[in-house]
Amino acid sequence: MIDFWNTYGFPFILMVAESLLLLVVLLVIIAYVLYADRKIWAAVQIRRGPNVVGPWGLFQSFADLIKFVLKEPVIPAGANKGVFLLAPLLSVTLALATWAVVPVAHNWVIADINVGILYIFAISSLEVYGVVMGGWASNSKYAFLGALRSAAQMVSYEVSIGFVIVTVLMCAGTLNLSEIVEAQRTHGLATLLGVPWLAFLNWYWLPLFPMFVVFFISALAETNRPPFDLPEAESELVAGFMVEYGSAPYMMFMLGEYAAISLMCAMTTILFMGGWLPPLDFAPFTWVPGIVWFLIKALLVFFMFAMVKAMVPRYRYDQLMRLGWKVFLPLSLAMVFIVALVLMVMGWAPN
Amino acid sequence: MILHAFFFYLFAAVTVASAFMVISARNPVHSVLFLILAFFNSAGLFLMLGAEFLALILIVVYVGAVAVLFLFVVMMLDVDFVELRQGFLQYLPIGALVGIILLIELLVVLGGWTISPDIIAAPTTPIPALAEMSNTEAIGAVLYTRYIFFFQIAGLVLLVAMIGAIVLTLRHKAYAKRQNISEQVGRDPNTAIEVRKVESGKGI
Repeated sequence: MIDFWNTYGFPFILMVAESLLLLVVLLVIIAYVLYADRKIWAAVQIRRGPNVVGPWGLFQSFADLIKFVLKEPVIPAGANKGVFLLAPLLSVTLALATWAVVPVAHNWVIADINVGILYIFAISSLEVYGVVMGGWASNSKYAFLGALRSAAQMVSYEVSIGFVIVTVLMCAGTLNLSEIVEAQRTHGLATLLGVPWLAFLNWYWLPLFPMFVVFFISALAETNRPPFDLPEAESELVAGFMVEYGSAPYMMFMLGEYAAISLMCAMTTILFMGGWLPPLDFAPFTWVPGIVWFLIKALLVFFMFAMVKAMVPRYRYDQLMRLGWKVFLPLSLAMVFIVALVLMVMGWAPN
Repeated sequence: MILHAFFFYLFAAVTVASAFMVISARNPVHSVLFLILAFFNSAGLFLMLGAEFLALILIVVYVGAVAVLFLFVVMMLDVDFVELRQGFLQYLPIGALVGIILLIELLVVLGGWTISPDIIAAPTTPIPALAEMSNTEAIGAVLYTRYIFFFQIAGLVLLVAMIGAIVLTLRHKAYAKRQNISEQVGRDPNTAIEVRKVESGKGI
């Protein structure tokens, strides 16, 4: 019995506790990321943004949460009830499930699996189902068109994201997310130039700069962020796949969307910006705990996400598809070959 | 071991049940959704075998791409269920006969099939221990060395299929207007705008 307790009981309780801690912190961060998004958007347009609930409107997200939960959920008469309610649940569960393998600091990860990056890629490729099921089950033309657009868009941009990930994997020589970050500590441009204390030059954003840009833009498209928010383009489709949703199911869609966005920020940080590593490898910077660096970098990426939303006009749908298939796909495919060639000729390939 | 068995039976039962629902669900969209559930649970079974790379590739390729296209097509089809179910009884005897013959053939083939124990004992390439090499590396080590030609041939087959699909569907319609992006971007005010002096009461 004690044996059973030691092999299954304690690890299980520990894992549940860790997961709960991560989820609670993540949800609070998402609440403030949502607030920051609205504030940045407002600042660019010279408005005040949310400023009524709490000091400087800091409790706005929580007020919205209570409002959504207390409202009555309305299910359209022609809707396919089961699928209609399953869709938002699916999108929020999948978006949160990916966080299980994200290392936020050295050894701070719930499941440090060998194929972490593939797991994230696999689960985020499932997120399209939430949108497609929601759009179809609503039994409305606008919602259905939004769902179809979203499916085509997410599948297209996943291809180039896959190739970007492949280039990073070739440089790092591992599929484990923690090891990808550690690979950016030891070798890279700074080590090559003989200035190892300039650690930020070691990270992959510089040698793989075109891939960094492609990944950032594809991440915008993958998470349906403006300027690629065609699935919910209000000027064409009212609110796209979310037209028929209200109250708690709508909130779940929004939560899933922002969880996916924060995941993409974390992925950009891990793949290209050295995860939890300090930017300069000497005293005052190395004292700061890794989680702080990770948060700063991820929030910086989110700031870019928010500025893009505020400043760039929405794409036309055919232009979006053209960008994905005719620009990003050949570019990222060519980069895979170039990076492989350089690694092989120069003998820089790991292992 | 108890947990292992429990999860095996859980995944296996859900896979079989959802595979059954794929053929028995009335709504084709529900069928596709159950198919996705079946894929997902098969990935779980792969994971329990220690083949995490295959499990995740199964999800990425089948669930993330192939099933999305299925869903896409099925959602856009306007299937009339009443019409589909007409004449079900009329065709039942022949259908059942074909099904039974197939079942008997399968049973005969699989029942008489024995795997030589030597094959399992001596694989063509030794499988490295888990501590030595993760299974992603192990697959890569044989796929790109020993089986490189098969791998290349598989790639060529896919390429031919892709070109075939493009040739069959791509039609250049003479009347369809197409965009020339570089031409659009290359326009400048000198060539795009013409300023004319319009005399009053005359027009151009």
